[in-house]
Amino acid sequence: MKVPRCKGTRDLLPQDMAKFRRIEAQFRDCCLGWGYQEIRTPVLEYLHLFTSAGTLSPDMLGRVYSFLDWDGWSGERVVLRPDGTIPAARLYVENFENIPIARFCYVENMFAFEGTGKDARERWQCGAELIGGSKAEGDVELISLALEAITKLGIEPVELRLAHAGLIKTFLEGLGLSGEKEADVLDQVFSGNPGVLSDLKGGNPELGKNLQLLFGLKGNSPGFVENLRGVFCPSLPALEPSLNELARIANLLTGSGFSYQIDFASGRGFEYYTGIIFGFYSSGRRLGGGGRYDELIPLVGGKNICASGFALYIDELMGLLKEVPPRERVLLRARDAAWLKPSLALARKLRDAGYIAEFDLGYRKTADFRWIVNMRGGEGIELLDQSSGKKRRKSSPAELLKLLEEARCK
Amino acid sequence: MQVKLALPKGQLQDDTAELLKEAGFTVSDYCDGSRSYRPQCSGDFGLFLKVFHEKDIAIQVAIGNYDLGICRLDWVEELLAKYHSEAVVKVRDLGYGRRNLYAVAARSSGYSSPEAWKNHNNSLRIVSEYPNLAEVFALKQRLRRFQIFPVWGSAGVYPPENAELAIIAETSSKKLKEQGLVPVAPILESSAYLVANRDSLERKNLSRLLASLSTGEAVRSYVKEPPAIDASFEAQHAARRGSSVSLALPDGHQQRHAVAFLDKTGLKIEGYNAGKASSRPQIDLEGVTVKVIRPQDMPLQVANGNFDLAITGTDWLRDHLYRFPSSPVDEVLVLGFGKVKIVAVVSKDLQVSSTDDLKKMKGDSVLRVASEYVNIADKYAHDNHLAPYKLIPTWGASEAFLPEDADVLIENTETGSTIARHNLKIIDTLFESSACLIGNTEAIRWPEKKDRIAYLLETMKRGVEAGCVC
Repeated sequence: MKVPRCKGTRDLLPQDMAKFRRIEAQFRDCCLGWGYQEIRTPVLEYLHLFTSAGTLSPDMLGRVYSFLDWDGWSGERVVLRPDGTIPAARLYVENFENIPIARFCYVENMFAFEGTGKDARERWQCGAELIGGSKAEGDVELISLALEAITKLGIEPVELRLAHAGLIKTFLEGLGLSGEKEADVLDQVFSGNPGVLSDLKGGNPELGKNLQLLFGLKGNSPGFVENLRGVFCPSLPALEPSLNELARIANLLTGSGFSYQIDFASGRGFEYYTGIIFGFYSSGRRLGGGGRYDELIPLVGGKNICASGFALYIDELMGLLKEVPPRERVLLRARDAAWLKPSLALARKLRDAGYIAEFDLGYRKTADFRWIVNMRGGEGIELLDQSSGKKRRKSSPAELLKLLEEARCK
Repeated sequence: MQVKLALPKGQLQDDTAELLKEAGFTVSDYCDGSRSYRPQCSGDFGLFLKVFHEKDIAIQVAIGNYDLGICRLDWVEELLAKYHSEAVVKVRDLGYGRRNLYAVAARSSGYSSPEAWKNHNNSLRIVSEYPNLAEVFALKQRLRRFQIFPVWGSAGVYPPENAELAIIAETSSKKLKEQGLVPVAPILESSAYLVANRDSLERKNLSRLLASLSTGEAVRSYVKEPPAIDASFEAQHAARRGSSVSLALPDGHQQRHAVAFLDKTGLKIEGYNAGKASSRPQIDLEGVTVKVIRPQDMPLQVANGNFDLAITGTDWLRDHLYRFPSSPVDEVLVLGFGKVKIVAVVSKDLQVSSTDDLKKMKGDSVLRVASEYVNIADKYAHDNHLAPYKLIPTWGASEAFLPEDADVLIENTETGSTIARHNLKIIDTLFESSACLIGNTEAIRWPEKKDRIAYLLETMKRGVEAGCVC
């Protein structure tokens, strides 16, 4: 009886895994080069890690895979991790709190229920978290790291879009909505639905109009931030600190030669974001995003320390990754038992030289291989080049490798 | 084409029968006291009727076993809160069976305002027959840490000692006050609804039923009640884990046996007589408190420390321990009354006489195993290698599921007569169950409780030894 795959999940086939591992290796390599250390948190966490932070929306918490464990008679639920940052914050508080600056990276899967069956319930992410250190410079470091990891995969051009969570939150607070409504609007904005702002009926209609205006404007320079200050600060001076932060990052990015677009409609993220929000786009896809979350570490029981991070979405990156020519494949045929030992030795030499050496166990299409090596008693090593149909005979593995290298160089 | 309609048993039964009558259907065997779960509809309507517990109806319609069903909206929302399905269509408010779902706290507690829950230092305990709606409530309120205790009933008796909040259905806030409860947040206005399976609506002709059940103006005299937050009831919350010993006694069919047993042990418990419905009887022992709750809920409640001792059945203890093997609950005394067998049951028409036969008959097909004892049923199917199988949790009227909506039922039986009456037969006996006293293995050792627990235990032991098992 065939049992199908669980709804909303996917198998990664060999060609998918090849891409997956390339992304993972490239990401790790970049992160390690920037001084980030790899961590892995458990798939199972307590539900209250995510509720106590008070920073995942009810909608998101309503879609986590939660269940009672075998010792869950107390009603304490565990979840399949729905997010990478909160567990990383927990890990920091548990193990590294005395370190003034911590740089972590991870490749992990996240789980969230999705009802239509069209989207994935399991998503893989490459994440990086920078806990402590200078705020604006830290954000620029993370943005640089993310862009380096994406472009080194051969994905270009990449657009960087910026928004600011603190600024959006200050605006919403100024509207005078009820606490529940305000949180709901913020959830929707952070879920990529800024259209919700057009129907707001708050106690401050003038501010409501300004908020819509904010979401309709785009800019790409520090001057744009100053323009925002000129338009909005007279009616809402509380925006000053957020605008100062945004201006500082815009100045640093411009000074470092990065191009970017400030676009509040791109401000997707999590409720725990407090400052800059950034997103990376290419070919119409959102490849990842991140933001500053200065209040999260204290919310999960740690000290008051600023932090920021991002995640790249492996599924999206896989969709844009160019095919890489596979390693050359050699099919080995040992015609009798006496030749098995030299065949194994030859295969090892081929692998060391970067070839895929596969033994012929039958049932394999020889058309999949350019090179076929026949090893027979008394006849030496015969090499068949299937692209030309030529057969060559060599007496030693070293000669054979030389021949292969010459062909590869041509 | 046959149209399948699921009808509710219990509180909605009389009004639903009246509704069907007014709609022109003559239905026999669907009234208070009728023992059949398959009412007959006279006339050529091609209608198949079955009676379920209300909670099962929303599920049966969602999975497509029934085209239409009548149950209260709260059970539909309870299902949809966890399982975001478009399969159930809420066709029409039928106007009767109205009640509100409230979050409630005890009047004597300090939990009647949202600030109190949110500033609660420990995990907030919420007890409910509606665990999914309770979870949605907790998430919406952004409670930092909470525990949901699903119960089979009597949720209102838990606060304040055994839960800070309960989510319960009641017809008015006045009735809540009579129970010493105060509504702290309205959750849902509920009444009987006609619900349909979306696929059936799209593909089948249900017009005869839909038209006749949708005529006339639904009674909409529903009174919207304000949240009615009453700060004057605020008082100091009782200590969560005091030194008093808490004993849970069963309601339902075990109550009669338990009353007789306790009478003969000499323990004086006022307000726990057959026919008298106090949920907090008084025991003539200092430092011991008593509450009446469902026996199904006791193992979990004893495990989490809400009660130290409880009189339940070995069936419910086993069901709990199969799910939570390291749970700190143990049988401390076999009481022996209320003997039943836990059996596997199939339709009489099925050519099987044992679990082995059932296994051979099913082959590779998915076996549908229905039971109130979900974990016992799971273990039975697992131990007998009946995979692939699907568990169907039920909330009563379980015999109704066979043969159309389940293949095998794990059920308790005293004499086997109910099973035979529903054209069913026993193919396996899993074990025998009777009443037992269960205890929290940690609480039993606490110095401040152990003497009183030992006294209760000794008294009950003497009762058992003196042969007062009923």
